[in-house]
Parts: sequence; structure tokens; C-alpha cells
Amino acid sequence: MTDTLLSPMSLLAELTHRCPLQCPYCSNPLALEPRRNELSTAEWISVLDQAAEMGVLQVHFSGGEPMSRPDLPDLIRHAVGLGLYTNLITSGVLLNEKTFPVLVEAGLDHVQLSFQDIDTANAEHVGGMKGAQARKIEAARLIAADGMPLTLNFVIYRENACRVPRMLEAAVEMGARRVEIAHTQYYGWGLANRAALMPTPAQLEQTTQAVEAARKEYEGRLSIDYVTPDYYADRPKPCMGGWGRRFINISPSGRVLPCHAAETIPNVTFPDVRTDTLEHIWREAPLFTMFRGTDWMPQPCRSCDQREKDWGGCRCQALALAGNAAATDPVCSRAPDHGRVLEVLETLPVEPPPFRYRRYTRATDEVG
Amino acid sequence: MTGTGLTDDSIIRFARGVRLQHDRVRERWIIQAPERAFIPDPIAAEVLKLVDGTRTLGQIVSELASRFAAPVDVIGRDVHVMVSDLTTRQVLVVS
Ligand code: SF4
Ligand code: SF4
Repeated sequence: MTDTLLSPMSLLAELTHRCPLQCPYCSNPLALEPRRNELSTAEWISVLDQAAEMGVLQVHFSGGEPMSRPDLPDLIRHAVGLGLYTNLITSGVLLNEKTFPVLVEAGLDHVQLSFQDIDTANAEHVGGMKGAQARKIEAARLIAADGMPLTLNFVIYRENACRVPRMLEAAVEMGARRVEIAHTQYYGWGLANRAALMPTPAQLEQTTQAVEAARKEYEGRLSIDYVTPDYYADRPKPCMGGWGRRFINISPSGRVLPCHAAETIPNVTFPDVRTDTLEHIWREAPLFTMFRGTDWMPQPCRSCDQREKDWGGCRCQALALAGNAAATDPVCSRAPDHGRVLEVLETLPVEPPPFRYRRYTRATDEVG
Repeated sequence: MTGTGLTDDSIIRFARGVRLQHDRVRERWIIQAPERAFIPDPIAAEVLKLVDGTRTLGQIVSELASRFAAPVDVIGRDVHVMVSDLTTRQVLVVS
């Protein structure tokens, strides 16, 4: 290893794949994990202990819908006791005046609440759940009334891109401190629905302008995180801040991954918290070392001056677009496979096709 | 704007969900905030260690001035700029 090994900063704890919603852009894998395979409370507690010991500072409880797990308050309380900063990433449909005070009492630091759209009819069409929007708005009200910092997350796609200005206004009205205007990432279900979700260049331009205007207008009151679609960029993002450099993602069944999409990587064993320690996995597991640093890089990355800035982009995107996880991210205009990205953009359908919905069989009767 | 109206009598505290914390693995101070942790420069860390929700800006300045044997007006100017920047970034709130 030529690179010094850093300690991980953040733990993404995907508690479950269960979710009452079925967003067609969900980043969960196509094969969702059944409940019987989920880690137990004791196993998650051990993960938190190990993570804090290794230097993790923040834990993000996500899923699926993390509030589907009845032990969420216990896990938060335990993480708080370890000095970890606790963040809940939720759809909000299970957050109400009974469930929220328990999370407050457990010491939760922050909530990120996701919206499918600001337009109720379309939001519920996309999420596939009637009445979801009213529940989310009520969730936002409860959080803001408590004073806990709130981030709203809007995933942007072809059908809702025109409503970004309204989303930003709504974020201020709902008392959010931060908002994420995040174009869809094309992994998992999002990749399966790419033709229906990908915005046009004109839409991208409009959303960028709306964000810039709102940044001026709401300075000091609302901070805006803006994530553009990779496909329209010339340079890739430093995915996860570099493979195996900052993040550890744990899947509901205990697989330890450098990012949530890494289960698509072929021909490698997925390390498992049930059979190995987090520390050992972080240091030694082939899944973590295979793309860590710059030694693995092909040309043009290997001799590129950006190689320690973007780390060659996203491995899962290279796999999805070039068929090879060790290729330069095709989003990069210097990549040999950049043509694949251009081809996707040039062949966007005039009329978007219908969504293929994320289905979790029997999810609804298990949630509660 | 949040930064205005800052006087020596202003009481400074951390915004809810933001805190200064010692990172014992990396042996440095960090600011924990919603979905990010960042590293204050050494001077900011000294200022933030004195932010407890009861001290006024004036008290923080005089404390630092005596600790570092520096003139109050010089320290005062720097601390004002820093605190006003950190309120814009929603790290601190002024009451
Ligand atoms: S993206 Fe939608 S379906 Fe996926 S976990 Fe979030 S709310 Fe549930
Ligand atoms: S060639 Fe590789 S390192 Fe250089 S900008 Fe493109 S992806 Fe980044």
C-alpha cells in the first residue's frame, strides 16, 4: 500500500430495506434483503461500538425506512452514548407525535426528511403511497417545532425538475435549515428507470439557476446542497470521497461496503460483520483495498493530475456503463468509454416511459 | 441577516445540533454539524471552547486577551468577524 490508511469518518447504517414507499429512483439494490436476514439489535450495537473505536464521527441511520425497525431509539441512544453524531434519513411517513418524541429523548441530533416532489399528486404517484405527503408535512412540522435541525431532501428527475423553486420556498416555510436538491443517481432502481428519470439539458440549466437564485435570497437561513446528474458533467465526482477512504456502509444483513451500490461489484467476496471485525475489514478486505488509493488505476487516470481529487470517479458507475468496475468513470470526458454516457443522453426518449416500481413484497404488513 | 446586531453583550451559543467535540482518534477538535464534521482552525477552536451559552461575546474576548496576553481591541475584531461568519454558517446563534 502506497497510501496511508485513513480512519473512516462516517458510518451509513442501512437498518432495513423495508419501506412503505416504492420510489422508482431508490438506490437500494434490485434484490431487496428480507427481514429475516437483518442484523439483530445486539449486532448493530457491536457495529456502533467498533465504528466509534475506529474514529467514525457520524452515523447515518438509513434504509429502506429505518423507522421500520422498532429498535431504532435504542440504537440512537447507544450511538449518542459513544459520542457519535446521529442522523436519521427517513421518508417521514412513520414519524408522528407518538414516534418522534422517543427519538428526541434518545438524543437524535438531526433528521433528513425526503420528499418525492412538492406537488402532492405526483409525489404520491412516484412514492406509490396515498396520504404520504400529508404525513411528511406533519413530520416536518413536528421536527421544526421541536427545534431539531432539519434537512429536506428532494430527489430531482424529469417530471419534477420544473418545481425546484417551489421546493426551495417550501423548505423555508417548513423551517428546514438545509435542503438537498439532488438529481437522481443512477444506481439500483434509479438505473433501471433511467430513461424515465433523466432530465433534459434545459431542465438541468433551469434547476441550476433556481438554486443559485435561492442561495442569494436565503443566505444564512437555508443552506442548499446541490447535486447535479453525473451524466452531464465532464469530470466525475469524488465518489464517497474516494473508495475506502471516508465511508463505511453496512447493508441490512451486515455486509460491509465502501458505498451503498458496491454489492454490484462482481467476483469479490463481500465482507460481513457477522464473521469479521470492522477494523480488519476496513484494513484488509479485498473489497476495500481493490480500489483504494491510486495503485489500481488504469490510464488515463494513472497519469492524470486529478487522480487524488476525484479518485477516478465512481466504480459502480464504471461497472454500470463500461461493464468494468476498474475502468475510468465514463462520466469523465477523458475516459475511453465516455461515448456511452453521450449515447444515453442523445437517445433520451421524447416521452418518458412508465416507471418500474421498487417492490418489496409483504413490506406493508411487516412495517408498523 | 443573522450576523448583524452583534455586540459585546451578545450571548453566543451553538445552534441546536452543532457541537465542538474532541476527536480522540485523530487528536484534534472538530465541529459536528448536520451531515458534516469540519475542523476549526486553532484560533476558532479556542473561541469555540469558550462558547457555553452563558458567556457574552465581550467576556469571551477578554478571556482570550488575558490568556494570550494580546490587546483586547485586536482580539475583539477577529472574534467578531469569526463569530459573524459562524452564525451565517449556522454553527452559532446569537441571543
Ligand atoms: S427512496 Fe423511496 S423507496 Fe427507497 S428507501 Fe427512500 S422512501 Fe423508501
Ligand atoms: S482521467 Fe481519471 S483522474 Fe483524470 S479527471 Fe478523469 S476520472 Fe478523474
